[in-house]
Amino acid sequence: MSNAIFKDHDADRRANAKWWASRVAIYGALLVWTVICLFPIYWTITTSFKLAPDVMKGNIVPWWDFTPRWKGWESIGISPRLIGEVSTVREEFLKRFWNSAIVAISASTLAVVLGSLAAYGLSRFTYRFGFMRNSDISFFFLSQMILPPVVLALPFLVLYKSLALLDSRIGLILLYTLMVLPIVIWIMRDQFQGIPVELEEAALVDGLGIWGAFLQIVLPIALPGMVAAFILSLVLCWNEYFFAALLTATNATTLPVMVASQTGSQGINWWSMAALSSAAILPLIIVAIFLEKYIVKGMAAGAVK
Amino acid sequence: MTSEGDLLHTVTAENISDSRRRLGKLLVWGTAALFLGLAIWQAMHEAGRVAAGFETWRPVLYAYMLWATSLCVAQVIVNGEKGKRTLFVLPAALFVISLVVFPLLFALYISFTDWNLASPAGPQPNGWDNMVQMWNDGFYWNALKNMVYYVLAVSVEYVIAFGLALLLNAQIRARKFFRVVFLLPLMLSPVAVSWMIGKSMLEVRFGPISRVIRELGGEPSFFSNPEIARFMIMAMDAWTFIPFMMIMLLAGLQALPREVIEASKVDGATGWQSFKEVIFPLMLPVSVTAIVIRIIFKLKLADIIINVTSGGPGGATDSVTSFIFREYRDRSNVGYGTLLAMIYLVLIVIFVTLLLKLVSRWMERPA
Repeated sequence: MSNAIFKDHDADRRANAKWWASRVAIYGALLVWTVICLFPIYWTITTSFKLAPDVMKGNIVPWWDFTPRWKGWESIGISPRLIGEVSTVREEFLKRFWNSAIVAISASTLAVVLGSLAAYGLSRFTYRFGFMRNSDISFFFLSQMILPPVVLALPFLVLYKSLALLDSRIGLILLYTLMVLPIVIWIMRDQFQGIPVELEEAALVDGLGIWGAFLQIVLPIALPGMVAAFILSLVLCWNEYFFAALLTATNATTLPVMVASQTGSQGINWWSMAALSSAAILPLIIVAIFLEKYIVKGMAAGAVK
Repeated sequence: MTSEGDLLHTVTAENISDSRRRLGKLLVWGTAALFLGLAIWQAMHEAGRVAAGFETWRPVLYAYMLWATSLCVAQVIVNGEKGKRTLFVLPAALFVISLVVFPLLFALYISFTDWNLASPAGPQPNGWDNMVQMWNDGFYWNALKNMVYYVLAVSVEYVIAFGLALLLNAQIRARKFFRVVFLLPLMLSPVAVSWMIGKSMLEVRFGPISRVIRELGGEPSFFSNPEIARFMIMAMDAWTFIPFMMIMLLAGLQALPREVIEASKVDGATGWQSFKEVIFPLMLPVSVTAIVIRIIFKLKLADIIINVTSGGPGGATDSVTSFIFREYRDRSNVGYGTLLAMIYLVLIVIFVTLLLKLVSRWMERPA
């Protein structure tokens, strides 16, 4: 070092140390928050493989201080031993899982279809419904976002009762669509505003109608935005608890309701609760890992105009 | 949004014949008459005046849907090209109106009745009784007070989220990995979170966090002391929703013009100065948007409270939503619960309108 011909100036060396300090601080902070984010998930998934004594002794690292067992997963009928056999608990779990999946997917699809159409119309044409102009209509749609679910819950309970829609998937689908529609419209309006009108003008000149231009020219371009809106809706619907808890009883119960109902009865059954929670969050973790790009895109849509 | 004239101009020479126009009108009015007729008939059946009738109101719903569909179709039949344009917005508008406006009107009616689902009498209007009961209901006011605390907690979440966004925006390796990891909590359902953290990690005897506190010589008790319980609810809610604000702020940071920040560096600004004088002011519109949306979500806070503390101890963690949820679950008090919800809605609308008025001048990006 000492016989180097070119030496860093003292100030530069100080800057170097400072640079290293900031590196350490940045990565330290990142790692701390990574642990905060991941530990609960790690804890839940490992707990689902523990037996009661493992939980009580506070064993945390599998294979090192406890041996993983399938006990937790057996309580919802999913384990290598039980997978070939008929199991009522698994039937029950799969039914809830299936309900959640159907409700979330249908509601998101419906919301994306309705929302995209409305957003496209509002970004291209001028409307007048009575006193309402475009900005009023947009505001009307977006203002649904502040409507707290609790205001709608009780009237819907009574209405659904008289319509025989209580405890049905369709009832939930309608409400969930309503819940995510403003978000979809918000994301899609942003998308369509970014697409130049000249594209459609060219299509119109070439003889397409406005619906033809929309379906053949605009939709393919806006597809990534639609996927983003769809996935965001999917996550929101999958996790929804409040309406599902009030409006379903036996047939249409979704996964969150099942998770919540387990905690109430029979004290806390650590391993089965952990297995159930893991099963409920795993699909979304997979979605997050593989489709993160779209989720970020969807949420960022409104932030940056 | 500028709305002076159509962005997409269409010119069509259309002759819509009178018979076509009549057909459209007939379709709308015919199905409307069918719907109203069925509704009145069913109402009379329920009241016991007409013997024949349907078991449920389902057929009336079908008639309503038929009317809504024919209203959409009639737009094209009557107005031609202009109707095709209306068709973009009309389905969504009809959907929202039928699912929001009607139930809200209905809710207004219920909230002035003494309807209890457990009582066989059905709804009886009882004037201002619910209002008086609400005025004297300490738990409702307490829940409203808690909502103020919960909303104030957004400011702390904002600071943390901004810090994380800055970290992710710094020159780091494995940025994608960290972004996915930081996003994960948002994906989890509040119900699962309330079990994972509230009921298992914070469990007094065996939870890992209690264990750590005991190691450090403290005595863990998370949900028996009102202040700590409220803080724990805030922390869990923050854990799930910080990624939301973080992503919005990160998008804002990435859209900042590079030149301005570089210019501030050339002018000799330190990191803190360039943050305070350049980045933060430029981020103001995004920050305000993120905070407003977060507050709107916060006002709906319920799932975690219902599942972890059910409002306890002594209502210290109750949010308005969880309070009304229990009012219904435990006492089947539909009339009173709906009134509380309607009052809450009015308060929210006033609050959010004032908030938007207040912050609108910061939401515009400076030119």
